[in-house]
Amino acid sequence: MKTAKILTTPHMERCIGCHACSLACARLVNKRLSWDTAGIRIVSSGGLSTGFESKPCLACNPAPCALACPTGAFFQRKGGGVLVKRKLCIQCGECAAACPVDAIYLDATTEPFVCIHCGQCVPFCPHDCLEMAEVPAEPSPEEEGKEVAP
Amino acid sequence: MIRDHFRILTVDLATGKGKVVTLEGRDTEAGGSGLAALLFNKYGHPDKPWDDPEQPLIFTIGPLTGYFPLMSKTVCGFKSPYHNQYGESHAGGRSALSLRFADLDGLVVTGKAERLSCLSIGSRHLELIDVHYMRGIDLQRSGKMLRKMIGGAGHRSIFRIGPAGENLSAYACITVDTYRHFGRLGGGAVMGSKNLKAIAIQGDGVFDLPEGKEYAELFEEVHKQLTTTDMMDKYHNLGTPVNVAVLNAIKALPIKNLQQTTDPNIKGITGETFADDTLLRNTACAGCPVGCIHIGFVREKFMEPNQYLYRQVSYDHEPIFATGSMLGMTNAFSVLSIIDMVEKMGLDVMSAGVALAWATEALDKGIISEKETLVPLKFDDAAGYKEAMQHLGLGSNDFYRLLAQGTLKAAEQYGGEDFACVLGQEMGGYATGEVFFTSQALGFRHSHLDSGGYSFDQKHEEKNVEEAVKFLLRDEQGRVLLTSMVACLFAREVYTDELLANCLNSLGYTTLADNMHQVAQHIQKLRWRLRLATGFDPAAVKIPKRFTEITTWKGTIDKKYLNNLKKEYAKRILELGKEEEKEPKKKAPKKEE
Repeated sequence: MKTAKILTTPHMERCIGCHACSLACARLVNKRLSWDTAGIRIVSSGGLSTGFESKPCLACNPAPCALACPTGAFFQRKGGGVLVKRKLCIQCGECAAACPVDAIYLDATTEPFVCIHCGQCVPFCPHDCLEMAEVPAEPSPEEEGKEVAP
Repeated sequence: MIRDHFRILTVDLATGKGKVVTLEGRDTEAGGSGLAALLFNKYGHPDKPWDDPEQPLIFTIGPLTGYFPLMSKTVCGFKSPYHNQYGESHAGGRSALSLRFADLDGLVVTGKAERLSCLSIGSRHLELIDVHYMRGIDLQRSGKMLRKMIGGAGHRSIFRIGPAGENLSAYACITVDTYRHFGRLGGGAVMGSKNLKAIAIQGDGVFDLPEGKEYAELFEEVHKQLTTTDMMDKYHNLGTPVNVAVLNAIKALPIKNLQQTTDPNIKGITGETFADDTLLRNTACAGCPVGCIHIGFVREKFMEPNQYLYRQVSYDHEPIFATGSMLGMTNAFSVLSIIDMVEKMGLDVMSAGVALAWATEALDKGIISEKETLVPLKFDDAAGYKEAMQHLGLGSNDFYRLLAQGTLKAAEQYGGEDFACVLGQEMGGYATGEVFFTSQALGFRHSHLDSGGYSFDQKHEEKNVEEAVKFLLRDEQGRVLLTSMVACLFAREVYTDELLANCLNSLGYTTLADNMHQVAQHIQKLRWRLRLATGFDPAAVKIPKRFTEITTWKGTIDKKYLNNLKKEYAKRILELGKEEEKEPKKKAPKKEE
């Protein structure tokens, strides 16, 4: 059986709110310095005294954001979630509106930022809150062509 | 954003309007401490009192803020209500990254709002919100209200004051994101004097990173050093409270208003006990993977049968010393319950604890009575101290209002100056000896972190005045460079000069990287010039008698050594503040946007 890896957040109770994961994603995947332009974002759940929540992509399959995308910029990734062809994106924001868990960040120009399950954030978490999990996967027709990371 | 100048937002609370100002000085004042001094020189009024509406309240970050781990602190510069001189206080939380992502190197708040207000800013907004209904509301409740009012959970920082700040206590703090504080020298009263209950900073900007792999690789190297070596173990493990047992063992822990320096029954309030019995979890400043913030809890039975409430309270060595050993406490939960009240009131925990320690001894000696203290203060009586902390924050009577201006202010009126544990401001938690006492009494911020005097005391048996003062000045210079970047001082072993230069170079700050030593010297002098210009006279500093009455592992305090240290350090500070500098020079503002 073919498999793929997806990012999971099984130990968020351990999170100390250092934002190392989001900063790593912004820095390494999206080449930016930012809290927001990241595939995983950390928020306090009603003040710091109640701990932290992550806002990651849950790797839907089929992904509502990909279904909502009118230009094919967001397309289904094997194992769940999406990959992104930035050149095709018209910044309409439909992907973010379709996401049931608010995992897609739109910047001031409505450019979307979403987790592509690459796992580059994982080693930066000092408390091992994040894990890559193996899931069954069949490649989507789009994915058989070229993959373009954001 | 990486830029060769500073981008500053100035806000006039009287009008609610702001202005973005571009300022030269990146290669000379760097940021943080240097930038705060530069901004006070531009916007401050040395001759006017601290609460003149025109005085600025300044917040600054540095060139490395957000770009590297533990570059997570903000410097707050202001004319202090404690001594009416220029001062600095530092805090972490999400403050530094919020300013970075709001695209600001500095925020300067001037004027006085007509009504109690909250200043809300971000990379694309500025708003002064009327919050008159929050007057008198404690910090925990106002925090909940503000969080609902201001958007952007997780990517914002909220600075706020409690009743102590509104009542202009000279040691009211500015609480940052619930668990961190611009604690010392009364920044909270400056906000109070400006009718400013809170400042909310939304970190919603996005910036490009340097081209190439150098920066990302260097980041990873630093991150690994911090997380896979034992360099930060002390802070991540028991945290700074590990010091309680260590200092107690060497007879260097201030206990019961410094009547003792060791106690065989210390176990109830050591870092180990706090971790075993009270620690709920650790948390971190944004941009720091160490997680040194230790959160304990208090649990209160408010009704029979078995009706409880609980609150989370952060602890560190300094709060434990100030509300624990100094007040003769023997139980960790009791200490947390006092800290909890200090947090609600928005007081600086060190000053508040030391002030009540003095009041306890003064009451015991009959210098003051219960007419003044309103509660029968006794060492190890948590309930009494909780109530007294509330009186101190609210300014319940003349005595508490005066005590809230500083322990020595109260001692000057009532007597008891000899046993007021004040070194410039209420002492830090180290009774290590002559060098530390000199260091805090004369240090720039009167902080235990100005320089490592406590460390010098522990590492040197010899009494060499020249060497000790040379160390204090050199160490201060190293630290002022870090607080201009702005690094957490817990990372001072990691960020060597070489690593700092590499970090600056990777971001393109090559001139700054090449001249770090000169820049640090310049900022050190700049700060002392400001301090002297606003009235500081190091030669006039007195160290109360109590500090000479203690015994440490070295034996009794050597009064002559202490006096000589004080004289020499004062002389060198005066020289530093008077020295003419050739380079680097400050430049006038380039343009206003």
